[in-house]
Amino acid sequence: MYIKELSVINFKNLEQVELEFSHKLNCFIGNNGVGKTNLLDGIYYLSFCKSYFNSVDSQNIRHEEEFFVLQGQYSRLDEDENIYCGFQKGQKKKFRRNKKEYKRLSEHIGLLPLVMISPSDTSLIMGGSDERRKFMDSVISQNDRQYLDQLIRYNRALLQRNNLLKYFAANRVFEPDNLEVWDAQLVMLGEKINKRRQEFLGELQPIFQKYYDFISDGHEQVTLEYQSQLNEGDFEGQLKEALQRDRVLQFTSVGIHKDDLELKLGDFPMKKMGSQGQKKTYLVALKLAQFDFIRSVNQAMPILLLDDIFDKLDGERVEKIVKLVSGNTFGQIFITDTNREHLDQIIPRVGADYRIFRVTDGAVTENGNNNGGEPKVVENN
Amino acid sequence: MTQDTFPSKLLENAVTEFAKLPGIGKKTALRLVLHLLKQDKEDVHRFSNSITRLRDEIRHCKVCRNISDTEVCNICSNESRDHGTICVVENIRDVMSIENTQQYHGVFHVLGGIISPMDGIGPADLEIDSLIKRVGEGDVKEIILALSTTMEGDSTNFYIFKKLKESGVKVSMLARGVSIGDELEYIDEVTLGRSIINRQLFEQSLGQ
Ligand SMILES: Nc1ncnc2c1ncn2[C@@H]1O[C@H](COP(=O)(O)OP(=O)(O)OP(=O)(O)O)[C@@H](O)[C@H]1O
Ligand SMILES: [Mg+2]
Ligand SMILES: [Zn+2]
Repeated sequence: MYIKELSVINFKNLEQVELEFSHKLNCFIGNNGVGKTNLLDGIYYLSFCKSYFNSVDSQNIRHEEEFFVLQGQYSRLDEDENIYCGFQKGQKKKFRRNKKEYKRLSEHIGLLPLVMISPSDTSLIMGGSDERRKFMDSVISQNDRQYLDQLIRYNRALLQRNNLLKYFAANRVFEPDNLEVWDAQLVMLGEKINKRRQEFLGELQPIFQKYYDFISDGHEQVTLEYQSQLNEGDFEGQLKEALQRDRVLQFTSVGIHKDDLELKLGDFPMKKMGSQGQKKTYLVALKLAQFDFIRSVNQAMPILLLDDIFDKLDGERVEKIVKLVSGNTFGQIFITDTNREHLDQIIPRVGADYRIFRVTDGAVTENGNNNGGEPKVVENN
Repeated sequence: MTQDTFPSKLLENAVTEFAKLPGIGKKTALRLVLHLLKQDKEDVHRFSNSITRLRDEIRHCKVCRNISDTEVCNICSNESRDHGTICVVENIRDVMSIENTQQYHGVFHVLGGIISPMDGIGPADLEIDSLIKRVGEGDVKEIILALSTTMEGDSTNFYIFKKLKESGVKVSMLARGVSIGDELEYIDEVTLGRSIINRQLFEQSLGQ
């Protein structure tokens, strides 16, 4: 699957842009703050009905304007798809597939699979365990509605159980019958979620390892491990054991809401011991593994967005990544960089179909391709 | 609108009372009150009487807790209905929705809510004990749980199921044709009617 054309009006700093893309490699080149990331975000938006960076839609409208429009012409499983998104201040956002408006945005998500690799992903390593649970959950639930539903229900039951614990404490009472119903729900849902996360990590882990080894030339030993109290023993028993503590804390201290991913470099936590380039390599390998996973459960080949991929990584690693993603296990790719140097070196060696776009302050011009012929001026402002 | 802009204390009182109703703001309240002022006295008396009498004289059926004018509601006192089958619902609106399907010929039990600790509602606040008692006393063959498919509805189902386990009564629940998270009230009649006919044993629904 790939996006053939993108048209943008008033999205962030992009006033009006119309672009035609290569089905393989596309590069946005330009100085800091000109709108390269915003272009990727526009493409991301058309897949997920929201910005990767800012969930407040009114802030994604270009300053002083009233609306934004994003439109993409896609080729998906050999069919043309036209996706339209329009958002006007104070109104509900409109999402249309081939001119037909969606009733629910959730019907669209999953149609155009996509993976974004961005510098802000470092929160996966540096942030709290909630970031890593969010990562697992968003990847799994992209193609597993049932999982998402179970997760929502688990969180609801957890909220109710915690409220009940607070009620017990405030009124100095204890009603085991009442607690039991919430425990039963937590156990039933928690065990399913745990199992699904285990399966997911089981699939992800070897692919992640393969990619990390490839990018780093096998120089470093890294591990990725799913940690859950539920892996240690039966959930129901642990809930019972923790009851006295939970009543004091007025909070449920065991369950899949405590799950985490352990990310290690050798025997040490990546967070503490990893260099910036190693952390970045770790994230890229993790996201590429996510890409493989999403591809395996989707009919359509996902799009890959690589924002600032050259930052922090040495030339060897970058070239390995670009080579990897240019191969035929990946589809359409978008890369951003502040200058052409890296790309001019790498692209000829990779030999894939490409287009290069120069971004200057919210406007974009095509700056080279290997389709033969003159680079076409797509936008002049 | 500030309070002192009212030219009459009587007007202000009436507006304040109307504005207490759900979904009614001060502006709408004023419009309704001015409308009433334009009507004949008899009409307005009939209106206010109907509300006073509603509040004073309404009763809850002593069998099923449905709203009723009499001690026992007309569903419970209807001989031709199947008194061995009790459909457990959250509120009176659910009774009305199910009655509208015309697919159900048993009787009801109105809980008056569902268990939700965050709203301060526990089993003791609901008509669960009276249900258990009812099952213990009569010739009840089947209990159909028809609560909303929310987490709270499920938990209430589970609580009731546990309480009824010993009695040996058959416990079933609406077929999950109804999508998860739906409130009974908003499901169309055809779907609701179908999910009553295709109900399943509660035990089988566990672990789904
Ligand atoms: N709603 C908006 N209206 C106008 N401009 C906006 C809006 N939102 C963001 N911007 C501007 O967009 C610019 C950032 O663009 P972007 O993040 O795409 O830059 P970039 O080209 O990726 O830069 P870098 O190389 O530093 O990553 C900033 O100047 C920011 O002020
Ligand atoms: Mg950027
Ligand atoms: Zn009755």
